[in-house]
Amino acid sequence: MWSRNNAVPALAAAAGLLVCASIALIFFWIPEDADQGISQKIFYFHVPIALTAYACFGWGALKAFLHLWRRPPGADLESYVAIHQGVIFGALTLITGSIWARASWGVWWAWSSEQLVLFLVLFLFYSAYFMLRFSVEPGPARANLCAVYALFGVVLIPISFLAIRLANDFIHPTVFTSQGPQMAGSMFFTFCVAWAAMLTLAAALYHIELAGKRLDVSLRELRERLA
Amino acid sequence: MSGYLRDVALLTRKDVLLELRARDAVPALLLFVVSALVVFHFALPADAAELAAKGMLWVAILFTALLGLGRAFQAERQQSMLDGLLLAPCDRSAIWLAKTLATIVFLGVAELVALPAFALFFSALDWETVAGIALANLGICAVGTLVAAMALASRARELLLPLLFLPLAIPIVVGGVGASVADDGGRYLGFLALYDAVFAIISWASFEYVVTE
Repeated sequence: MWSRNNAVPALAAAAGLLVCASIALIFFWIPEDADQGISQKIFYFHVPIALTAYACFGWGALKAFLHLWRRPPGADLESYVAIHQGVIFGALTLITGSIWARASWGVWWAWSSEQLVLFLVLFLFYSAYFMLRFSVEPGPARANLCAVYALFGVVLIPISFLAIRLANDFIHPTVFTSQGPQMAGSMFFTFCVAWAAMLTLAAALYHIELAGKRLDVSLRELRERLA
Repeated sequence: MSGYLRDVALLTRKDVLLELRARDAVPALLLFVVSALVVFHFALPADAAELAAKGMLWVAILFTALLGLGRAFQAERQQSMLDGLLLAPCDRSAIWLAKTLATIVFLGVAELVALPAFALFFSALDWETVAGIALANLGICAVGTLVAAMALASRARELLLPLLFLPLAIPIVVGGVGASVADDGGRYLGFLALYDAVFAIISWASFEYVVTE
């Protein structure tokens, strides 16, 4: 019997498998980087996590747009959960990026790293999203406010990226160019597996959190009906 | 369209008239921006570079704008005036446009005093800085008015506005400071214009959803 209820455990199992596979590939299959040694392996976590965070923010904004346009029931909750996952992955990006900066440049924080600074800005922006959401009474007005703010987020990402590029020109006259490792075939394959693992993990977490939140909502409705 | 522009003009006139009669925002902004400049003089070491002072000018402008934006919907907050405005037979985005224009006027008046004061206290200003400030005003007020309307709907109004606004204002600071201190300010002015255009369009289009259910 294949029902909707089986989809989430299947997704979670796939995420678990892919994460294990990517860890095995990263640590036992691909050769160590000649320059950076073992610390370069964090690249296979940091970049996929960052790309997954973007995907979550994009998905949240898409749901927000759908909410404003067509108003399907539940789009507001889906947008919120996607942004919540995005913030979790964003925080992980900041942490892994910070560790990588420490390992390769000897500092925990580098303003010259565009990716890190962008994620700091986004982290602040989306933290304010939660402040907004939790200081407005639940209802259609809150759903609208949150949707508009989530849409501002996806516009802010490219604008901030451009701004940080520009800022590096006057804050650091010599722009740090992250050449990255020359991607060999095996490295690119590992990178793709790691990225797929993170995306599946995010999707599984998204559906689990969504199921919990939906349960919450229906429980509250039942209680109100009983009261 | 002429009806739309007439609505905007009327609503802007209402805000400016209210300010002319009550005078409760602009004097406060003036006093705040000059006080901030004096504070910055003491915050900067005596041998601080001219460039550092120009950065401080942008901080002063941003925070003055924040102070003004916190007051932007003050009149509408009392006695559910906003509901009255929403009932008026005009496009909702006209309310946003009019409020943005009025805020630009108030912030502009504050800057008319702040910029000469900056030139007197710190260093002379070049045309790129002035152009940057003019462009930044558009972006600050366009985004700020929308965010102020959002904050208005929440319980923690005054607390929420800076939290919502500052991450959105970081690109403005980058563009503004770049225009003031970099050798080729034109690039940064172009970036500010891009920011203004993008965020003005999205704010104009989404204001209706912020004030209605």
